Amino acid sequence: MKAEIRKIVVAVEETRSEMGKRVNPPTRKAVAAAVIKNPFAGRYAEDLEELMAIGEELGGLLGERAVAALGVAPGRIESYGKAAIVGEKGEWEHAAALLHPRLGKPLRAAVEKGAALVPSAKKMGGLGTAIDVPLGHKDAAFVRSHFDAIEIRIPDAPRADEIVVAVAVTDSGRPLPRVGGLQKHEIKGEDGLR
Amino acid sequence: MHKRAAVLAVIHNPFAGKYVADIMPMMEALNPLGVKMAERLVTLLGGDPKAVEGYGKGAIVGAAGELEHGALWHAPGGYSMRKVLGDAKAIVSSTKKVGPVGARLDVPITHINASYVRSHFDAMEVGIADAPRDHEMVVALVMTTGPRIHARAGGLKASEIKGEDGLR
Repeated sequence: MKAEIRKIVVAVEETRSEMGKRVNPPTRKAVAAAVIKNPFAGRYAEDLEELMAIGEELGGLLGERAVAALGVAPGRIESYGKAAIVGEKGEWEHAAALLHPRLGKPLRAAVEKGAALVPSAKKMGGLGTAIDVPLGHKDAAFVRSHFDAIEIRIPDAPRADEIVVAVAVTDSGRPLPRVGGLQKHEIKGEDGLR
Repeated sequence: MHKRAAVLAVIHNPFAGKYVADIMPMMEALNPLGVKMAERLVTLLGGDPKAVEGYGKGAIVGAAGELEHGALWHAPGGYSMRKVLGDAKAIVSSTKKVGPVGARLDVPITHINASYVRSHFDAMEVGIADAPRDHEMVVALVMTTGPRIHARAGGLKASEIKGEDGLR
């Protein structure tokens, strides 16, 4: 275990009705977040390898936790996303080192396949900072019904020398989607776009 | 110097308060606003569309609206920026939510011609203190002029892209 994890938070959002209309089956999103110690807090480090390794570890851990929270087989996951909030003694780039080089591969293993880019967001912030984790279809980025986001906020994190890392998954698109575009049953799922 | 800019508009949500099955006509109606906002962004960043390297979009729907109303911004927000920037190739990443007056939104950012350019994965938090009211929506566009500050997480570089498929 490379990451020094202080806590893990998992949340599930299940929408059963929207504007008085039933959503059947309910749409469900899960987000799993870890509060980790930032090994580079307070100093400039040129080589961010340590955070890249932690990102790889968290991609698997948080991906599995989020899928488990929905209680479905990995192949049933339809969309995903990732995000990080760096505490004030860290650097914006620390979020990038966690999220981009290696987090994606174990996350894709946790959801089976995943031909599409994992959409992401990052920011710096203090205790209780919220972040919107963007969501996109895992095999075809242009599926319009699955463009979405889920907000997560941990009241006591990130402390100055910590980073919040979050992974989100869904087993559905938005509730009552009706703005057209590419539909999920039309995708090829090969190039990650359509 | 790295510059980032956001333009937000607060618009009336005609579908607030009731379920309306066919909301598609509004998508086309938003096109002129999208173009105007994209042009304003280019002006804010110095006036040269070629200086823009990253973009993103988002929407915050007021309390009487539906999450789906935010999805109306997908086509007008995205296509307007791609057009104003001279046929940018990459998908425009996005976020949306339903929120109260003063709600904040993290708008994701990626490279305009190749989504996988790692140095340009970014985000910008936006919001307006007195919006969206119940029957309003905040729509947002964001552009940047370059990579993250001190980008050093490796991956595909902007100098290496082919710029054909929008990915690499």
